[in-house]
Amino acid sequence: MSEKVWIAGGGVISGIGLNLRECLQAFREMKPGMGAMKYLSSVHRNTFPVAEVKADNDMLADMAGLPENISRTALLSLIAAREAWQSSGLDDISRYRVGLVSGNTVGGMDKTEDFFAEYLADNRKGRLHQVMHHECGSITEIVADALGIRHHVSTISTACSSGANALMYGYRLIRNNIVDVVIAGGTDALTRFTLNGFNTLMILDQQPCRPFDETRTGLNLGEGAGYVVLVSDSLAAQLQPWCRLSGFANANDAYHQTASSPDGTGNYLAMKGALDMSGLQPQQIGYINLHGTGTGNNDVSEGIAINRIFAPHFPAMSSTKSFTGHTLGASGGIEAVLSAVSVKEGIIYPNARFEHQMKELPFTPATAWSEGNDLRHVMSNSFGFGGNCSSLVFSSF
Amino acid sequence: MMLTIYINGTGCISPQETAAGGPLLANLREYEQVKLATVDPDYKQWIDVKQIRRMSRVVKMGVGAANLSLQAAGITQPDAIVTGTAYGCLDDTGVFLTKMVNQQEEMLTPTAFIQSTHNTVGGQIALLLGCNGYNNTFVHRGFSFENALLDTVMMLREGSAQNILVGGLDELTPHSYQILSRFGLYKKEPVKTMELLKSPTRGTIAGEGAAFFTLGTQPEQHTVAELTGISTLYKPMWEGEVIGHIMKFLEDNNCTPNDIDLLVTGRNGDIDQDDIYEEVVEALFPEHPEASFKHLCGEYPTAAGFGMWLANSILADQAVPDVAMFYGKAPRSIKKILLYNHHQGTHHSLILLSHVE
Repeated sequence: MSEKVWIAGGGVISGIGLNLRECLQAFREMKPGMGAMKYLSSVHRNTFPVAEVKADNDMLADMAGLPENISRTALLSLIAAREAWQSSGLDDISRYRVGLVSGNTVGGMDKTEDFFAEYLADNRKGRLHQVMHHECGSITEIVADALGIRHHVSTISTACSSGANALMYGYRLIRNNIVDVVIAGGTDALTRFTLNGFNTLMILDQQPCRPFDETRTGLNLGEGAGYVVLVSDSLAAQLQPWCRLSGFANANDAYHQTASSPDGTGNYLAMKGALDMSGLQPQQIGYINLHGTGTGNNDVSEGIAINRIFAPHFPAMSSTKSFTGHTLGASGGIEAVLSAVSVKEGIIYPNARFEHQMKELPFTPATAWSEGNDLRHVMSNSFGFGGNCSSLVFSSF
Repeated sequence: MMLTIYINGTGCISPQETAAGGPLLANLREYEQVKLATVDPDYKQWIDVKQIRRMSRVVKMGVGAANLSLQAAGITQPDAIVTGTAYGCLDDTGVFLTKMVNQQEEMLTPTAFIQSTHNTVGGQIALLLGCNGYNNTFVHRGFSFENALLDTVMMLREGSAQNILVGGLDELTPHSYQILSRFGLYKKEPVKTMELLKSPTRGTIAGEGAAFFTLGTQPEQHTVAELTGISTLYKPMWEGEVIGHIMKFLEDNNCTPNDIDLLVTGRNGDIDQDDIYEEVVEALFPEHPEASFKHLCGEYPTAAGFGMWLANSILADQAVPDVAMFYGKAPRSIKKILLYNHHQGTHHSLILLSHVE
């Protein structure tokens, strides 16, 4: 049995870049990805900025090698998953027992919502191929089939923590000797369904979002996909892994379907559990990639839970959602890749647009890019609807 | 040494009267239709009336089956909750989508959106129980329930939890039935429940339901079954691969086809889809007694949950109800049941249950 589970590579596509290198460059150059909607068609086009992947479906389909009428969620997923695989140094995928564990929140909704307009007028109408991949699992299978993955396929949907939970399950699949490699993470494309849903909750900012800032008024939605490649000890020995997944925990806030408890119970339990599993003291964490959506509720609950665990030795922290927007089911995957790179290269990401310290908290996020820091352990937080709270810890060797 | 995993409690809400207790399938609900709906228990016993009104059917059936399972196990607080649902909360998704289209994205209200996320059921169960433990939701088509079960087994074996509530559920809505019908999944003409599995045509009947299980590493007094093994096979190239996978699965669990006392299959009355069951039976289980269940609950991606509930009940009774028997005669003593199910030919799964003396 594999004792440890390693990160052998990662891939990202998001509103700040079509691959990991471009995304890192955007952080370095302080270029956040939110702006006016260009690819999503919505009546709210001029009201809410979003962090779209800067490519239309034709271009993404070209990059992915899939037909352009496939859900954008699958296109994004395949591009990032393939990048992750290629970065790992593992060559022919058919040589290994491989699993794909992917999170997403609305599957092929981008196509379903187009279908529905015609269908509602006449339920015998609407092109069926538009709903063929409506199911979340169907998106994962398009990617698994394109990559040649057959040993294990799984899809997780726990709202904004989907991608993080995919890593936990992937870790267990390797430890239980079910597969040797798991591509784990998440994907989500922007849809009118989610945009309007978040709008009804009145948590969308009409300006670029300001996570962990006293003046924050909500989040910006984003889209993208992010995957890490998890490998067993024996494979890691033949590769140059980035770091290892040393701890994680998943807890439920059990407070409200969409809001976090004021004292961040679930957040606290997730972070504490992840530290315990990795056998670390809070002061050993060098950087936290915050959930940091920019909503009033999330940031205060997350901050209070952090204060409870880390005071008085606060690690560097930032919300990369200030660049990528909130990519929902993808966010846990994208931020896992960013956190793994953070351990590998000592990167502390900037938190864009931070100006005013939150009155409830004694700490402030990092505002400038820096690399080459001595970061042995990095934590990534993902909290979501349904009370689902997850934290991951990545550690150097 | 592998830890033994016990099924300490089950709860099932289905198109049969499974939530009511009493002798197994004694009051068969016979249908002559192409879609089956759950027989609902009185949800007020678990949920506040005000909340019931806001909850969609899938949430109610999930909360109901979860509670039945915990009650049967005599447990008030599980250490973790793992849910499998392929379609998630279709009804609320449809409500929000319809309003969004009809109202051109204006004047929408949040309730349906909030309840449309796939983890609503798992989240609501946690909320009602006040359970802060691990909570996960698997949404992978015909593997949703199986992957939830696998996650549960792995967690129990690693010792991070002692009691886990795990379940599979899916609802059928007018929209989903309409759209899935257009894909040609269902029969063109109504079929009688007890004639479905002999039907000579393509298509099956649509179903829905929720089955939850309280699994633990210690048996309770009334525990009758252990979950010995679980495995999935994705898109096999041909029937030989399925047969090989079953052989390997039995081997991994230290048994042979001869050790299987009863085969439970996911036959659904679609001549094309039932073909593989014939192949498997012929190759590995030619003389084995076989029970089936989809004529009772209909076809849906998490129907294996109903199958596992039935298998557990059969082990408890040490008898198979006539209405579930498909071939042969059940033996006097039933020690091992192999549940073999597939969903649309692409998602095959195996669940092995053993009797606990």
